[in-house]
Amino acid sequence: MSEQQRMIDIEVLRYRPEEDAEPFFQTYTVPFTDDMSVLQGLQYIKDELDSTLSYRWSCRMAICGSCGMMINGKPELSCHTFLRHFYPGGLRVEPLNHFPIERDLVVRVDDFIGKLESIKPYIIAKEVRRLEQGEYLQTPAERDRYEQFSSCINCMLCYAACPQYGLDNKFMGPGVLALLHRYNADSRDGGQAQRMELVNAEEGVWNCTAVGYCSEVCPKGVDPANAVNINKINSAKDYFINLVRPREGGK
Amino acid sequence: MSDMQHDARRPYVRPMTGWWRKNPYFVCYMLREGTALVVAAYAMVLLTGLLCLATSEAAFNGWLAVLRHPFSIALHLLALAAMVYHTWSWFDIMPKTMPPVYAGGKRVPRHVITRAGIVTAIVVTLLILLLTWSLT
Repeated sequence: MSEQQRMIDIEVLRYRPEEDAEPFFQTYTVPFTDDMSVLQGLQYIKDELDSTLSYRWSCRMAICGSCGMMINGKPELSCHTFLRHFYPGGLRVEPLNHFPIERDLVVRVDDFIGKLESIKPYIIAKEVRRLEQGEYLQTPAERDRYEQFSSCINCMLCYAACPQYGLDNKFMGPGVLALLHRYNADSRDGGQAQRMELVNAEEGVWNCTAVGYCSEVCPKGVDPANAVNINKINSAKDYFINLVRPREGGK
Repeated sequence: MSDMQHDARRPYVRPMTGWWRKNPYFVCYMLREGTALVVAAYAMVLLTGLLCLATSEAAFNGWLAVLRHPFSIALHLLALAAMVYHTWSWFDIMPKTMPPVYAGGKRVPRHVITRAGIVTAIVVTLLILLLTWSLT
């Protein structure tokens, strides 16, 4: 009645800062079924084989953005990638590239969070309306200008896909710039002038060399490369407008 | 990352050595950027021809003779291959680098933009070939 249990080798990059000088690979052999994600494979390891393994996860359904990792060298959400795809071969799981490793598959995200805060990722109302004045109205066409960029779940896969960020983490990076564009492109928002200085800086859009891999790996179909490159045009326009009519207190 | 060197949590920063060889996508990217140098180099070849033409007939004939050398023809074939790859890869990335284009109220899909670019490149190349052919 029962089929032969299939087993798959999961090679995990381990790093335990209190005892390891540097990371090393450890292989676990895990029984799996067709419906098991890589995340479930890791959970099997943690529950049954090695409770010392650390990794981040939460929703298990590709919306919280916590479980991003390098799977066979590609940035993926581990809940969104299935073990069956790698069988009969094995797979190699590493923490997201370009971020410092905190422990095992957990990376340090302070830099990303700092950048995210810096772009004011919220609507700065163009005109403040009182309650009796009603809602902020927007046409479907106006919404379409930013809608795809609002799907970002801050999973940071695009940062792990961006060699420019890996080579120099002063670069603002794809995800944060896509979110910046999401707010700048919103017809209800009036915060563009406050955000343009971040865009114009060399660490803003100009560090992007259009590798384009960020848009390939996004699990939510956002096109951060597009947001960054549209803002190169905006930044150039802003530069020339500023020459003709300098901004008050601006650089 | 220097601020992390003395961190009790000892975050580990991985080196970037050989990053572009680790992912086929990055290899293609480096080829796209690398073949741009071939385009620039060939512009120099053409500029040299122009300078020779401005100098004297003998200089221009000398330049033509260099171009006809088998070694030069081999280089031209390599340059052509590089140019074709560069053109393709350039139009492949183009939809990600330009503001959205709308036609009939709908956003034009990426692959349509890429194909339109490639078709334009082919048509323009053929036109230039026909034009130069008719002049010789």
